Amino acid sequence: MNSLSHKFVGALVGALALAGTIAPVYAQSAKPVEIMNVSYDIGRELFIKINEAFAADWLKKKNQTVTIAQSHAGTGAQARSILEGLPADVVTFNQVIDVQVLADKGKLIPADWQKRLPNASSPYYSLPAFLVRKGNPKNVKDWSDLARDDVKAVFPNPKTSGNARYTYLAAYAFGLDKFKGDHAKTQDFVKKFLSNVPVFDTGGRASTTTFIDRNIGDVLITFEAEVNAAKKEYGDKGFEIVIPSQSLLAEFPVAVIDKNVDRKGTREIATAYLEYLYTEEAQEIIASFANRVQNPKVLERHKAAYPAVKLVTVEDIFGGWEKANKDHFAEGGILDKVFVKR
Amino acid sequence: MTDPMAPLAATRANRTPAILIAVGAVLTALFIAAPLLVIFDQALSKGIDVYRANILHPETLHAIWLTTLTALVVLPINIAFGVTAAWAITKFEFRGKRLLLTAIDLPFSISPIVAGVSYLLLYGGLGLWGPWLMDRDIRIMFSVPAIFLVTMFVTSPFVARELITLMQAQGREREEVAATLGASGWQMFRRVTLPNIKWALLYGAVLCNARVMGEFGAVSVVSGNLRGQTNTLPLQVQLLYHDYNATGAFAAASVLTLLAFVTLILKAILERKAFDRRS
Repeated sequence: MNSLSHKFVGALVGALALAGTIAPVYAQSAKPVEIMNVSYDIGRELFIKINEAFAADWLKKKNQTVTIAQSHAGTGAQARSILEGLPADVVTFNQVIDVQVLADKGKLIPADWQKRLPNASSPYYSLPAFLVRKGNPKNVKDWSDLARDDVKAVFPNPKTSGNARYTYLAAYAFGLDKFKGDHAKTQDFVKKFLSNVPVFDTGGRASTTTFIDRNIGDVLITFEAEVNAAKKEYGDKGFEIVIPSQSLLAEFPVAVIDKNVDRKGTREIATAYLEYLYTEEAQEIIASFANRVQNPKVLERHKAAYPAVKLVTVEDIFGGWEKANKDHFAEGGILDKVFVKR
Repeated sequence: MTDPMAPLAATRANRTPAILIAVGAVLTALFIAAPLLVIFDQALSKGIDVYRANILHPETLHAIWLTTLTALVVLPINIAFGVTAAWAITKFEFRGKRLLLTAIDLPFSISPIVAGVSYLLLYGGLGLWGPWLMDRDIRIMFSVPAIFLVTMFVTSPFVARELITLMQAQGREREEVAATLGASGWQMFRRVTLPNIKWALLYGAVLCNARVMGEFGAVSVVSGNLRGQTNTLPLQVQLLYHDYNATGAFAAASVLTLLAFVTLILKAILERKAFDRRS
């Protein structure tokens, strides 16, 4: 009995000693400055690379080591966490409205945040594109094919995912174009398109997993960058990329969270981090992850990877995000009308 | 008189246990052993070197450290809470006793994710006390203290529940004798109560520990998903899986499984000890 309690104490001491050997590894990674980048779900791999490059650049310029904490999830949920107190220094989102809410609801950033950096504070952009199975057996070429009876498309739920809102609006914009602005016919088309979706996941990465690992659906619709990543990651499965004739410009807005950086005294480095995203070095990394960039030199180098596509914008077709949100995604909006229960 | 049915009944009786055992064995193999084997098979699918590299990755190491730390912080507090609650409930009479008993069971009946959200609604920036805390630069949500808090809430009943049942059965005669002999409260607890509940206490602690290390729902709400900072092992498994790193996810899962094995072995030893003592 006594020997067992000794053993128990021994095990406890052992556990503490083990914890002690692990702890220094953690302690070493604690660096002089740290900033937090709160970001969208499928941006993990990109920002691991960006952060390495920025840290090296900052060390060279300012002789200061910096670590960048990364958090990735759906941007709606991320915005909510920041409003609840997640001390983000910067956000790098894929949805303008999820940044806007930080100004409207939390007063954490000024209302005109988009004017602070070039291209409406969007250092790169993308568009919804298609990934189809080997040999494109269902011969999917464009949005119109997705309303066919024999085609099953997979993308996340537009109610929870910014990624899916782009997909929904892109399909709607295509419909308006095809039916010469007839909203009734467009909504019939979108309704058919949505009824062809077997599973609505909550986020972009979950839909990729549904399409690839669970083998559900004929087409995956997600950002061009994710389509390319999935094709590369599962090269042996022979997925093919299809760029539709028309798609929607998806901006990737970034912002320094004023209230947090002022409290933590990190405004200088947080601003430098976002400005770094516009440098040739960073744009090259961003382009290598199949995002589209504005830098002319980088654009020239990656020309082959960017098939020409007619891009429409939320501003032009839907009168801006605020209006699109009210018309389509608010309760009782157009999405609720066409999102039929099956 | 001989019963003509006797031989038949005997053979049937002999066959039944064998069939039941076979069914049990098959079900165990299919639903428990196979998934466990898959974890290790997948974790080692790219060789032992990749496995080692996956486990020694700073973020995974940090997750192991954070899970261990959480257990080291939460377990002593819940043991102290469990012992004092059980002692109060079984050795004293007071108003509101039933209410206290129900309150102790509450975390068992509430879904962990609800627990996480309710902490967020109290301590978050839009919550009840959150703004006051934020003004004073006290950060609880999306940091390690939040993980301790919600884990403590979710796992608080384990020790208390284990002890209350035993101590109710034991009654309080022994303590009353000790009191008549002039023992102080502390002496009574240390010399009389503690030796009687020792095994149940350890058993409760082991169960509590298993739950602390595996908690996912509540922690995922309040952690903020910060890589290498607020990811416990269960969260790290999910994160790696979504990072297209299935091998890494299974490597992290294997560590969690091994920790569970250690806990189970400890539990088996304690059960046998307790059984030996009783018989």
